[in-house]
Amino acid sequence: MIRVVLPPHLRTLARVDGDVELDVNATVTQRSILDELEARYPMLRGTMRDHVTQLRRPLVRFFVCGEDLSHESPDAPLPETIAKGSEPFVIIGAIAGG
Amino acid sequence: MSKVRVLVGTRKGAFILTADGARKRWKVSGPHFAGWEIYHVKGSPVDPNRIYASQTSGWFGQIIQRSDDGGKTWNTPGSNPEELKSVEGNPKGESNKFVYDGVPGTHQWYDGTQHPWEFKRVWHLEPSLHDPEHVYAGVEDAALFESRDGGESWKELSGLRKHDTGPKWQPGAGGMCLHTILLDPQERQRIFVAISAAGSLRTDDGGTTWKPINHGLHSQYIPDPNAEVGHCVHRVAMHASRPNTLFMQKHWDVMRSDDSGDSWREVSGNLPSDFGFPIDVHAHEPDTIYVVPIKSDSEHYPPSSRLRVYRSRAGGNEWEALTKGLPQRNCYVNVLRDAMSVDSLEPCGIYFGTTGGQVYASPDAGDNWKPIVRDLPAVLSVEVQTLP
Repeated sequence: MIRVVLPPHLRTLARVDGDVELDVNATVTQRSILDELEARYPMLRGTMRDHVTQLRRPLVRFFVCGEDLSHESPDAPLPETIAKGSEPFVIIGAIAGG
Repeated sequence: MSKVRVLVGTRKGAFILTADGARKRWKVSGPHFAGWEIYHVKGSPVDPNRIYASQTSGWFGQIIQRSDDGGKTWNTPGSNPEELKSVEGNPKGESNKFVYDGVPGTHQWYDGTQHPWEFKRVWHLEPSLHDPEHVYAGVEDAALFESRDGGESWKELSGLRKHDTGPKWQPGAGGMCLHTILLDPQERQRIFVAISAAGSLRTDDGGTTWKPINHGLHSQYIPDPNAEVGHCVHRVAMHASRPNTLFMQKHWDVMRSDDSGDSWREVSGNLPSDFGFPIDVHAHEPDTIYVVPIKSDSEHYPPSSRLRVYRSRAGGNEWEALTKGLPQRNCYVNVLRDAMSVDSLEPCGIYFGTTGGQVYASPDAGDNWKPIVRDLPAVLSVEVQTLP
């Protein structure tokens, strides 16, 4: 069970409280987590990555175990701690005012 | 007794203000979509319970919201919780997918170079006059989209963006936005749009081909003041009974056309400033129009710090100040282009919202004003529904 922490705006949009728990039936990567997240919550499509290019939106960042993986390959396997759910996959909006 | 529902978009959410036909006691609900910028909220003229909202964020992009019960509940079209449980699989979740048709091409950038078209947000939603499932969206960077399935999916009417003059369009201070969509109630295939800063364009074939309609506009702030495109049109309004007559608030100048935009003449007359953003028409008097003069393009507040709506009962040129109930000193708010609307009661009600968070209403065509609400986030848009 993978845990995903959404930023408050996207929690409201997806109508969830707290962390989201997902099962990913593939190698656990940024892409496979986002694919499953968008399948469960279609209203999140286009809010974290572009509909067409699938590139991360500029002011969205992905953190794992305190490390910013936003600029890493979306297909790179994530640590076992993410796959096991002992650490969350954290999605945040960049701190840019507002 | 009739009712009025005022749909307000602000920098930090949407609000719905309701009253009976007397328009004295108001109920305020919201914020809906708290924390998000709500550029526009508008109801279908065919089914007033069908309301569309444009919800945007610099972080998370564009969201389209839809209500089918007059604003009580909302869903992103095509991805509501009931549809999520469908045995047919997950819904597509494409209600916020605005993709330009083909190669996006380039437009003029601030420094005169060419810059690629990039979708940023929906500025204006215009529901069809005939079908609640059909709605148009005016977007930044300027283009026109339409949905025929209640906002679940969108298709660009790309003849507009691909017009020969497209490379000459350029962004105004607010971005290169298509902010005005007027559907002709008599000629079903005719649509007027306005773009900052390109000007106005018209289609007579439902959006396939477009023609710039800016003859007579004179803009001293562009290299060729009489250019075919490049004018910073802020707003265009029409009365449903006389769609060949258009009224325009340009960056500077209030203009009028009586030939569907083929030619324009200035009707600024005795206004204290002819800079401003909104312009609207009285519901029952097609020659009675309203503007809110603003001091200048660098000083976005009222002249002499007095908030005055100006009314012309002659379709322009002769204007009277409407001040009763509006602040007449130390007022430094702005009224944005989509933030004025009218109801269709008798007498006609006029409404506008300010960047200071006030929404003012006049139940008597502008003679007397009162704030419905005073301390909302900065108001981006105001639309009014008159309900049975």
